[in-house]
Amino acid sequence: MNFFTQFHSMPLDVLKGLAVICVMFPLAGACSMAERKVCAWIQDRPGPNRAIPFWFAWVPVLGPFMQKIGAFHLLADGLKFLFKEEITPGQVNRRYFVLAPILAMIPALTTVAVVPFGAFIGADGSLVPLMLANVDIGLLAVFAIASLGVYSVILAGWASNSKYSFLGGVRASAQLISYELSLTLSVLPVFLWINAPGGPGTLGLANAVEFQSLPGFWGGTWFLFLMPVSALVFLIALFAETNRQPFDMAESEADLVGGFHTEYGAFKWSLFFVAEYCHMIIGSGVFILLFLGGWNPLPWVPLARFAGWLGIAGLPLLVGTVSVVIFLAKILLMIFFFMWVRWTVPRFRYDQVMRIGWRILLPLAVANLLFYVIGIALLQR
Amino acid sequence: MAVVTLERKPLSFAERSYLPQVAAGLRITIKHLFSPNKTLQYPEERPAIPPGYRGVPTLVKDPNGREKCVSCQLCEFVCPPKAIRIVPGGIPESAANANVEKAPQAFDIDMLRCIYCGLCQEVCPEEAIFLQNLYSTSGYSRGEMVNHKERLYELGGTLPDTHFKWDRKRKAAEEAAGRHV
Repeated sequence: MNFFTQFHSMPLDVLKGLAVICVMFPLAGACSMAERKVCAWIQDRPGPNRAIPFWFAWVPVLGPFMQKIGAFHLLADGLKFLFKEEITPGQVNRRYFVLAPILAMIPALTTVAVVPFGAFIGADGSLVPLMLANVDIGLLAVFAIASLGVYSVILAGWASNSKYSFLGGVRASAQLISYELSLTLSVLPVFLWINAPGGPGTLGLANAVEFQSLPGFWGGTWFLFLMPVSALVFLIALFAETNRQPFDMAESEADLVGGFHTEYGAFKWSLFFVAEYCHMIIGSGVFILLFLGGWNPLPWVPLARFAGWLGIAGLPLLVGTVSVVIFLAKILLMIFFFMWVRWTVPRFRYDQVMRIGWRILLPLAVANLLFYVIGIALLQR
Repeated sequence: MAVVTLERKPLSFAERSYLPQVAAGLRITIKHLFSPNKTLQYPEERPAIPPGYRGVPTLVKDPNGREKCVSCQLCEFVCPPKAIRIVPGGIPESAANANVEKAPQAFDIDMLRCIYCGLCQEVCPEEAIFLQNLYSTSGYSRGEMVNHKERLYELGGTLPDTHFKWDRKRKAAEEAAGRHV
């Protein structure tokens, strides 16, 4: 494992980045199919289960299974996006119109760099997180880059030169800016808890997980139980930040046709789509790292002990794989939760969104922060 | 009518926070997630057709294989969208059922015009035209969507008959003829 952590060379970094993107991109694509399936099951339908290449239908068990879960619909959809005619409407500002979906992808795929997605136990018994860039600003980088995503929405709405797109873009930007405050304020208690006063501070996400892996009752408690209000505010703000129902202001297909991407089609539209799912994946990843114990399988069961149970404690490669699997499973559960909520709760009105954001969530986040500031100050006195 | 004035209660704190409602909704949807599908896999699974269903209009024969239509053209006249077109014809003297005298030479129902109202079935004095269970028709051209006489009999088949009206008429006529002689 030495070469993976210490040997820092350009090609290796590029390879690692590409490997992560190669997981993210299909995962985001698979999420779109999962969305359709979950939607269908919730509505008592089987969902897409028809497409299958005739030669794959001959494979005994796997063929019908893949057909049933709609795997080939996913492939067909992807191919369709590639081969469809790229329509650029006449009234748009062409340069910005093309730039917007590209701009949507960049922050969506960049934030993954500072998000640890697993860990292994090094030779000295310390936990080494698996991540592209183990930087101390961690979460701040996620927030800083992810909030750039709003520019693509504004740009798309503006460049489309259409009322629906413009309204969608404006709504989305107002919403994202409103909820970013609550989002940021809600995670501060976590880092107040992690960082001892006077000591070296960190906003690294891996440190948050390490703190949830400590021995003892309070050490192993996930922050979800320690700071439920923080988790709730973060989760709600996360729904708003990722433009998911019930905060689907940017799209609101009932009143704005398609919102900011009304004028988009084919591959450019699919880029927006994938970017949205990438934001969801990263967002739920951050939520899991901060509040749901990251790669620790269960509360009060840190990864190291779990590895001991499995009898693989001495094998860093296996421990790393297990941690990544646990983390990915948690992400998929979170994404399922996103979908579950989407097909349950109708969209809020715009005024409701603003009222929740400014008059409920923000005061709640501030009060929560004050509570933990005072509480932690009293505890450490 | 008495007017009942309901007092509109102010929303409680829990209701204003939306969260209990969202949780209740989530509980309902997760139940549906695991409940069996309510849909049919259509071409493979077909719905059960209830009795009295008004499907594609068809012509039927009686259990003896006699075509029941006597080309009276009542259905043609009653048809609101004028989907039925009949060319009346005769029955040769040598035929067993010559006493019926008339049968359709051509009987076309344009399924692009038919509105499945069932008036033709209702008006038919011979119980010869029935809207049966077939609900799905398709074709590549307008011509294909016109059901001709052969096709109508093929779709209709034979339905049970309790009257045997023309057999009884023939028998009565024969008896009457015997009495006169």
